[in-house]
Amino acid sequence: MWWRSASFILDHRLQEDPPNDIASSSKEPDTLSKLSPPQTHSSFMAAADPFNPIPNPKISAYYQTRAAHTAVVTSDWLAQAQAAVGHHPDDSPAPQTQLLASPSASGKSFCVINEFNNWRKQPDLAEAVAAIRALAAVIRASEATTMMELEIELKKASDSLKSWDTTSISLTAGCDLFMRYVTRTSALEYEDFNSARSRLIERAEKFGEISCKARRIIAMLSQDFIFDGCTILVHGFSRVVLEVLKTAAQNKKLFRVFCTEGRPDRTGLRFSNELAKLDVPVKLLIDSAVAYTMDEVDMVFVGADGVVESGGIINMMGTYQIALVAHSMNKPVYVAAESYKFARLYPLDQKDMAPALRPIDFGVPIPSKVEVERSARDYTPPQYLTLLFTDLGVLTPSVVSDELIQLYL
Amino acid sequence: MDPRRASRTVSDPKIRQVGFFAPPPDRSFSGPPDPISTSTPNPAAATTTAAAANTSSPPPISDLSPSGNSLSPVMIPPPRHSSDTTHRPVPFPPVSPLRRDTLSLTVGSYNNNNNNIISSSPTASFYDESKGITVKVSPTPAASSFPGGGFDLTAVKASSVPASGLTTVSVVKTLPPGFTEKVGGSVEMQNDLPANSKPLKERTSKAERRALQEAQRAAKAAAKAEGSKLSATTSGAVASANAKPTKATKPSSQKNDSATVASSEKKGGDRPPEKDRKKDAPHPRMQYDDKSRVEKAKRRAVVKQTEARNRVELFRHLPQYEHGTQLPDLESKFFQLDPVHPVVYKVGLQYISGDISGGNARCIAMLQAFQEAIKDYSTPDEKTLTRDLTAKINSYVSFLNECRPLSISMGNAIRFLKNRIAKLPLTLSESEAKAFLQSDIEQFISEKIILADKVIVKHAVTKIRDGDVLLTHGSSSAVEMILLHAHELGKQFRVVIVDSRPKLEGQLLLRRLVGKGLSCTYANINAVSYIMHEVTRVFLGASSVLSNGTVYSRVGTACVAMVAHEFRVPVLVCCEAYKFHERVQLDSICSNELGDPDAISKVPGREDINYLDGCTNSENLQLLNLIYDATPSDYVSMIVTDYGMVPPTSVPVIVREYCRDQVWI
Repeated sequence: MWWRSASFILDHRLQEDPPNDIASSSKEPDTLSKLSPPQTHSSFMAAADPFNPIPNPKISAYYQTRAAHTAVVTSDWLAQAQAAVGHHPDDSPAPQTQLLASPSASGKSFCVINEFNNWRKQPDLAEAVAAIRALAAVIRASEATTMMELEIELKKASDSLKSWDTTSISLTAGCDLFMRYVTRTSALEYEDFNSARSRLIERAEKFGEISCKARRIIAMLSQDFIFDGCTILVHGFSRVVLEVLKTAAQNKKLFRVFCTEGRPDRTGLRFSNELAKLDVPVKLLIDSAVAYTMDEVDMVFVGADGVVESGGIINMMGTYQIALVAHSMNKPVYVAAESYKFARLYPLDQKDMAPALRPIDFGVPIPSKVEVERSARDYTPPQYLTLLFTDLGVLTPSVVSDELIQLYL
Repeated sequence: MDPRRASRTVSDPKIRQVGFFAPPPDRSFSGPPDPISTSTPNPAAATTTAAAANTSSPPPISDLSPSGNSLSPVMIPPPRHSSDTTHRPVPFPPVSPLRRDTLSLTVGSYNNNNNNIISSSPTASFYDESKGITVKVSPTPAASSFPGGGFDLTAVKASSVPASGLTTVSVVKTLPPGFTEKVGGSVEMQNDLPANSKPLKERTSKAERRALQEAQRAAKAAAKAEGSKLSATTSGAVASANAKPTKATKPSSQKNDSATVASSEKKGGDRPPEKDRKKDAPHPRMQYDDKSRVEKAKRRAVVKQTEARNRVELFRHLPQYEHGTQLPDLESKFFQLDPVHPVVYKVGLQYISGDISGGNARCIAMLQAFQEAIKDYSTPDEKTLTRDLTAKINSYVSFLNECRPLSISMGNAIRFLKNRIAKLPLTLSESEAKAFLQSDIEQFISEKIILADKVIVKHAVTKIRDGDVLLTHGSSSAVEMILLHAHELGKQFRVVIVDSRPKLEGQLLLRRLVGKGLSCTYANINAVSYIMHEVTRVFLGASSVLSNGTVYSRVGTACVAMVAHEFRVPVLVCCEAYKFHERVQLDSICSNELGDPDAISKVPGREDINYLDGCTNSENLQLLNLIYDATPSDYVSMIVTDYGMVPPTSVPVIVREYCRDQVWI
């Protein structure tokens, strides 16, 4: 495998400057159209001539014609992607339409959901954190005078949050976690009400920090698994995975990334944009090309919407088939997920969860008689996963349940 | 030969111990100075003289003189000795501080092994094999003395005698003084015993000990008759033997501490046997091919055990199903039995007759009986409640165990109860303590069994969707409750009940479910592969779930789970957490229960197909009616328990949590 060979790495080091020049000269990271050439070139060069140890566009005329030829398609995709990106600028893992986006909840008529949505809009804030911040806001706004009252109020708020979006696992998990803390902390029972209340609020704040730190921890933990010259397949847009790859790039690791397209919301395109900004060689695949490219891939990296009790994950549609293909070709499948995504769920099969539906645009009108599978995510059983990178450490799937039992029992 | 021998005899004990872990034959290394200097002369003399005696008149010696003969057969194959000697240097380990411990430990395990082996050897041939193996592993003198690996009975006997004899000195190390002479004991039984470890030996009854001494005395006399030279050597050997034990007893006692390998029962051996025996309930995992233990267990058994006719080779170690019904026999005993409380007695009879079956039912019945017994209990004078009551409970437990082997869940419940008794505050008065215990038991039943079932139902019902086809095997109370509850909730589903001979418990479940209006399909287990393709979920009950996720359940469960796994149908095992056990089991052989062999050979009411009628007494026919089997965790998708739905890999976590709970309740 050429990308793993020492000579490739050496060559790459020698070549390091020219590509950088190209990249810097040809790129204004803000605009997608400008971004696309280097990106497509790197990906297509790889596709066109995978055995060429020196990824240099000047070498092959064949490549250039090829790139020019295929660029049409790609730019088209990217245009679509841009549109998609523009459409939901800071989409959180569960693509929910933002229903109630009234920014400031007016003092008295406090609404958790509004609060939650408020928090949710922040670009780097995970849903679970948003949920907990929203609950903290409930505590702040509450006029309860006893702990019991406060607990009841919180319970109501978290229930309404959960029922507002039953499909979001991390929202549910975040609410559960916080409620767990409220009901379980024995210290709360002995303190006077005000200090208990401030303790809860403090805890909620801390949780946000922890979750931000979690991504850093995961990125650090996963560095050992990314070796020079490896090829990583990613699926979907996961902030943790992006952090992982970003850290790897900062650590001057040489690797390339295959991004699936991620139909229908084109998350893969967004992801490839982000990677291209980091000068990581990236290649886009259509979702159905996973098996075709799998023999080039060294590891699969995915995020997770939720990690369930069995140790399996619930993630964007297509993760399961990628894991299956990877498993059958003996490629490791790594999952990066923060521990607040651990949920006390145990799906037995694909249909055994609340489906998260989303509209799918096929570009052409679909006859009304034709049914469309609109589920947005699938369940990957634990036997197809190799390791989970979490802020608790690098875990095998079976440990998830242990952690959950310790959390919730 | 002489020097070698000398060194050999010296190092014997060490060889034995060290031999397990020191492969490189570093001859140059000589032993620590003191043992050599002290012990060399005697054994050397003994061996040489023995050799002399051997050459002069081997047959009479082996027949008559104990110590002399014991030495002689060993001498016969000289090459073996040489090989032995080559091994021997190994033992002297450079690691002198370590040596003692390791020594004693290995000795313990070795002896223990030997004990099992020898006592079982007459019957179990595969144990002989294992003996051969142990023998091979350890370059002990004993090993060398088994020329053919000791596979047949006579060989074993012959070799075991010399083994102990040959090693007079060495064996003695771990044994009490009287031991060497015993070696010569003419009785077979005694020949077996000497090879046993010291604790076991101590447990021999007075009569046995006397017999041994008698034999030893006779042996000594015989030895004297052999000739003055010989007698001198024997006495020398004995003397050395006597000298050593003082040193050697220490390690052996150490062994008792360190090597729990030797099984807990051995520990009891240090105390007076009679008293201990009464207390000591037969271990649920007693090895029933261990003759001496079975004998002992029988002696104190209330239930008269009758021997099964043809034991199945691989399952000899299990309690054999007793033939004929003991019910009338036991019923007649009802009024003579003071040690067993009538309520416990009743429950025991119900176990035998099969009136109470099913893990939960049995456990609840037992606990309630104990509750009654505790209510009627009063502490005798000069005894404390905690101790006496524990002893009482132990005797009840052993009685129930004789009626039918305890299930793991019952074992857990008993452990809980004993724990509670032991933890009773000393300040409590008797009536308070009794009330305390009764309420504890009540709580256990309600929380760990009844409430747990409710929680399980609540969890499992979420996995039933409209249009499902659920398959179950046998009759599990938890599964039944789940199905009924799902039906009450108005879910539309169909049930397939897979059943198997001989118990056909599924029919009972079928009857109850159909009575409630569920739509059911009934199939025999033979049809499971046919029916499985339409099934969407498999719900199974379990007798126990072990630490490695293995599900120990009614026989046939493993088969159903395997087929379901192959068809990619999720398998849900419903099991209360009190049935979890930290044990690990990989197969259905080590621990299981045997049912009535007749039940599988005969089909009641079908005279026309009783083809086996004539042959059940045939030597060549062994009927195996297993009650349980072990389902590997790979086939299990989920375990539904009162702690939620967990993967089988999380059982140890629950066990950990739960054990802590057990103390807390």
